Amino acid sequence: MGLFKKGSLSAILQKIFGKKHAKIGIYGPPNVGKTTLANRIVRDWTGDIMGSVSDIPHETRRAKWKKDVKVENGGSHLTMDIVDTPGIATKVDFKEFMNVYGMSKEEAKTRAKEATEGVIEAIKWLEDIDGVLLVMDSTQDPFTQVNVTILGNLEARNLPVLIAANKIDLEESSPATLKSAFPQHPVIPISALTGYNSENLYSLMVKHFSKKRKKRWR
Amino acid sequence: MEVNSLMKKEEGISFNLISHNKLDKLSSDEKLKFILAEVKKGKILVLEQGLTPIEQTSLIECTMKEIEQDTFIGVEMEGYEQENPTFIQKIFKIYKKPRITMIGPADLLKTVHKDNNMIQIKIIPGRGAK
Repeated sequence: MGLFKKGSLSAILQKIFGKKHAKIGIYGPPNVGKTTLANRIVRDWTGDIMGSVSDIPHETRRAKWKKDVKVENGGSHLTMDIVDTPGIATKVDFKEFMNVYGMSKEEAKTRAKEATEGVIEAIKWLEDIDGVLLVMDSTQDPFTQVNVTILGNLEARNLPVLIAANKIDLEESSPATLKSAFPQHPVIPISALTGYNSENLYSLMVKHFSKKRKKRWR
Repeated sequence: MEVNSLMKKEEGISFNLISHNKLDKLSSDEKLKFILAEVKKGKILVLEQGLTPIEQTSLIECTMKEIEQDTFIGVEMEGYEQENPTFIQKIFKIYKKPRITMIGPADLLKTVHKDNNMIQIKIIPGRGAK
């Protein structure tokens, strides 16, 4: 090009209009549907999947990362590296895996050990992401300490967060409760399982995570 | 035979109200070490002034490193969110301090209900502090 090289022009446009590439972490407590949502996003935009899902908590015990997922919204787009993180919890009891989910003692202990390592890994990833899709179960009480702690942490780091009120396909879901619990953040009701409202989620992700940030945006 | 160090109900349950003066004197690392050491002894701590969100996250991380499957399964922690600073407070970088927080062993405490006005926590029957 004449006045500007392609790279520098892109950098200038990015500075003016916001980011076109961001690393987005999918966070939340165990069993809220993080991996189901990650699979939905990655399948819709790349045809791939991220990982296996299960009704047993702590199915995802290592963070999984899918690079360069280009999400489009009308004329704009955002290319994201999607990081599906293990569920964050304040406790892990191997006996729960045995008593509730029928695992052998050995299996349960191994899963519990891996789950504790997964929580640590998820927390470490907070240092290296540009924005968070915080998944909450809209059938559950939203005021859990894990939700409050994650949100407080993201606010302290000035990281943009979008709350996905998941499982609205279930009769007992109440995304309105979730919206009123965290009015300072955008909340989008979705069903990661059925794909309900995913178009609006993608639109909001592109708008919200593309915004210029004073801190941490690369 | 598995031994649960918290199954000593005859010795009662200890609630310790920790003043903000005590915690103010400690660094974040020292606070977390103090809290985890007390909780691992089976004590329930009520912090007059709780932890910041970053400290809370670090406490979760430290807790995961300390979990011993037969004796310590983690913590139950409940408190109120920091109130959002006003516009003026943001300008002058005056942030409200963390609010009262209860932290105890997860096999001793269970949160029953929490909303903006009330936190209800029950002590799991048959448990007690060392």
